[in-house]
Amino acid sequence: MSFELTRNAFGRLVLTDGEGIRHEGVLPVRAFPVTAPEAGIAVVNTEGHEVAWIDRLKDLPAEIAALLKDELASREFMPAIQRIKGVSSFATPSTWDVVTDRGEASFVLKGEEDLRRLGQTTLIVADSHGIQYLIRDITTLDKTGRRILDRFL
Amino acid sequence: MPAHESSMNNTALSPTSNSPSLPDPLSRELVPRLAGNEAILSWLELDLDTRLTFSQGWIVVTNRRLLAKTPETGETWQEWGYRPGLMLKHTDHAGVGTLELVDAQQRLANWRYTLAVNVAALKLVDHFEQHLESHVTGEPVKQANEAICPKCKAPLEPDQEECPICTQEIHTPPSTWTLFRLWRFAKPYKNQLLAGFLLTLASTAATLVPPYLTMPLMDKVLIPYQNGAPIDPKIVGLLLSGLLGSALLAWGLGWAKTYILALVSERIGADLRTTTYEHLLRLSLEYFGGRRTGDLMARIGSETDRICVFLSLHLLDFATDVLMIVMTAAILFSINPWLALVTLLPLPFIAWMIHVVRDKLRTGFEKIDRVWSEVTNVLADTIPGIRVVKAFAQERREAERFRNANRHNLAVNDKLNKIWSLFSPTVSLLTEAGLLVVWAFGIWLVSKDQITVGVLTAFLAYISRFYARLDSMSRIVSVTQKAAAGAKRIFDILDHVSSVPEPTNPVHLGAVQGRIEVRDVGFRYGNRAILRGVDLAIAPGEMVGLVGHSGSGKSTLVNLICRFYDATEGAVFIDGVDIRSLPVAEYRSNIGLVLQEPFLFFGTIAENIAYGKPDATREEIIAAARAAHAHEFILRLPQGYDSLVGERGQSLSGGERQRISIARALLIDPRILILDEATSSVDSTTEKEIQKALDNLVQGRTTIAIAHRLSTLRKADRLVVLDRGQVVEVGSHDELMAKEGAYYQLYQAQARNVDTDIDDSDDEEGDA
Ligand SMILES: Nc1ncnc2c1ncn2[C@@H]1O[C@H](COP(=O)(O)OP(=O)(O)OP(=O)(O)O)[C@@H](O)[C@H]1O
Ligand SMILES: [Mg+2]
Repeated sequence: MSFELTRNAFGRLVLTDGEGIRHEGVLPVRAFPVTAPEAGIAVVNTEGHEVAWIDRLKDLPAEIAALLKDELASREFMPAIQRIKGVSSFATPSTWDVVTDRGEASFVLKGEEDLRRLGQTTLIVADSHGIQYLIRDITTLDKTGRRILDRFL
Repeated sequence: MPAHESSMNNTALSPTSNSPSLPDPLSRELVPRLAGNEAILSWLELDLDTRLTFSQGWIVVTNRRLLAKTPETGETWQEWGYRPGLMLKHTDHAGVGTLELVDAQQRLANWRYTLAVNVAALKLVDHFEQHLESHVTGEPVKQANEAICPKCKAPLEPDQEECPICTQEIHTPPSTWTLFRLWRFAKPYKNQLLAGFLLTLASTAATLVPPYLTMPLMDKVLIPYQNGAPIDPKIVGLLLSGLLGSALLAWGLGWAKTYILALVSERIGADLRTTTYEHLLRLSLEYFGGRRTGDLMARIGSETDRICVFLSLHLLDFATDVLMIVMTAAILFSINPWLALVTLLPLPFIAWMIHVVRDKLRTGFEKIDRVWSEVTNVLADTIPGIRVVKAFAQERREAERFRNANRHNLAVNDKLNKIWSLFSPTVSLLTEAGLLVVWAFGIWLVSKDQITVGVLTAFLAYISRFYARLDSMSRIVSVTQKAAAGAKRIFDILDHVSSVPEPTNPVHLGAVQGRIEVRDVGFRYGNRAILRGVDLAIAPGEMVGLVGHSGSGKSTLVNLICRFYDATEGAVFIDGVDIRSLPVAEYRSNIGLVLQEPFLFFGTIAENIAYGKPDATREEIIAAARAAHAHEFILRLPQGYDSLVGERGQSLSGGERQRISIARALLIDPRILILDEATSSVDSTTEKEIQKALDNLVQGRTTIAIAHRLSTLRKADRLVVLDRGQVVEVGSHDELMAKEGAYYQLYQAQARNVDTDIDDSDDEEGDA
């Protein structure tokens, strides 16, 4: 590991790389946020250039990993749907009431094409504001949820 | 609490200064804390906390301070009075907005929210900045002299609370009685339909005559004969000719009704198809971006056809069946009510069964439609990409993909057929049971001398028809559901409102001068912000070069100027008029566009060049081709201008395609010319030649040219440098070089790579 990472008073991450160059306001970005969230995180600077690459978070010193995790948590917003409570109609646009890992929410699904399959069992739902909800494994939904999804897939 | 929902309501309320409708926690908790002359200017209901979980919080701007309450701070309101150096920064990423309050030393607080409440947030920031400034400078608050929409920056009428353009989004689902909506298409044919219906009525009645005649045949002829009376040839002749006559009548009427209704339904189907296609063409690029070709093709092609078959065959049969059942029932009751009652006993059962099965079938059929689209999608994906498939030797995989889609199709069908196959036999079973009951009850009645044998025979004759109809009626369930599913998918298209809507009160420009103004434009694809705060004014006749790294948003900006998409924030004006208030086609007819990926249609070269002006003369076509330096290579083709270019222009090289699309843009003699990498695939010599031609053509036209090879833009009056969605530099080549900024770097990088550049273009030539 050849870089230092701190947080400054403005809440920005500051990375000092192996050559001693300071990059202010760097951001961690996961390479495969859905299919392999833990495997590969790039740290990019404000210009969008990669300044560091991390194969695995757990190989890092704890405090740096914590900083990165913190930053990731406050940047990544892809609520994972755990339960579908109901939908207003099976024809789109329809309003969905869901329980996610980030609390309850309701959103408007504009069209069937906003439900996108990623692999066999994973599903990404984009709402009318472009927020993406994740259904990591449709088979783990309860029966109601599966039946509702079935009507859209 | 459904966080989104309530925040959306909040946006709809639009927090404006001194709005009477303060939401609850504000009026209850905050109003008592306000100082004497303090007033709440705007508020934002947060729907996320800083850890990005859904929860409720508040930010409020008053004329003295900023207040906030979030779940993290508990019940206390944090507050910051206005003071110099304070700043409220607003950013968004992946659908989540961030507000950060900072001063010169540190970040004081930050808040998060979903873009659902973005408008309120933007308003809040505006108010904050205005009042902060007035507080710091001591001058009164600068009210914007014209009210503008916080989202799109379009001027608002004094009486408008919200921007009419931005609030057009509708979120109501289409009604489920989809099939009835087909009436819109049937209406023009209502006379024929009425005629068809009357004929159906008449022909059904005619088919009911024969069983009725069996009654006198039994009672007046056969049974008396068995009891020793002679047969009366007159009566027999009369009855038999009645039978023949009614059969002939039924035949004639049946033919007429089928013919008329088939004609009508075919026309309805055709109307449906063309209307859907026309509507589809008017939808924005955003719609097409999110959908798959195969799916759309399936909807417009096979599903309209299915609806048509449904209307012409099944609906007609169904109507006949219903009429038949009603009439039969009436006749039966008129002959003997008791026997009639028993006969009709299985009917409610069947109705119930139909009801139960219907729901299952409908979802099943919708699913089949979707799976079917999947099959088409595989085809629509692979066939245009066949070169890539072959190049990477992936035929096996693509075949496997197709097989999988088919297997999926089979699986879904199998599941449905399980229910479906049970349905028909069950109806038959009920029918048989019904017949049995009628026999038994009938014999009993005959034995009690309640009815004659003739009546029983007539009943049996009627009832076998009746049940046969029921059986076919039960079949209508599946076809109706299929048609309804198809209709739903078609109305999905028809109900879709273009995201670049036609204005309700269009403004007509007349002669366009070509002054383009991009005012504070922001744009997102989904939740990805591509352009931010782009301001650009282009004078009539000016040539502007757009440069910047790949992916910096050049093409996107051009897309906005062409109104392929509408800006998420800000607006584009032409000659001072918001382009959203112009009729879309009329506006675009002023623009000649050469796309980065030139697209040619199946047809001849001449047709392709004249695409924007189908009535162009041959001379005009040749002049345009000459100007685009396409003339000579076209002449080298075996059929000259009449050569077919193949699907998507496959038989031409990349550079040739580009030159044709330049000619196409030039032919319409547009006021505004947009060249998106128009010469990227031609060799340097050809490029210079095209360039020379273009130099003349851009005279007097507003031109926006995008090019990676900066030398292409030497004629540009101004260069605009885009970087990650923002305009970073504007000026002439010399000015920008002197500045040694972003443009200078781009230029230097290219000057260094000049050798590789030449290699590149050689490669492209070879490959094309
Ligand atoms: N339909 C789309 N949906 C989502 N994102 C898109 C879409 N089209 C473009 N983008 C993204 O928008 C950004 C800007 O794209 P744009 O085509 O405007 O770039 P450009 O400046 O024209 O690049 P180039 O010089 O390579 O043509 C890119 O990052 C691209 O990934
Ligand atoms: Mg481009």
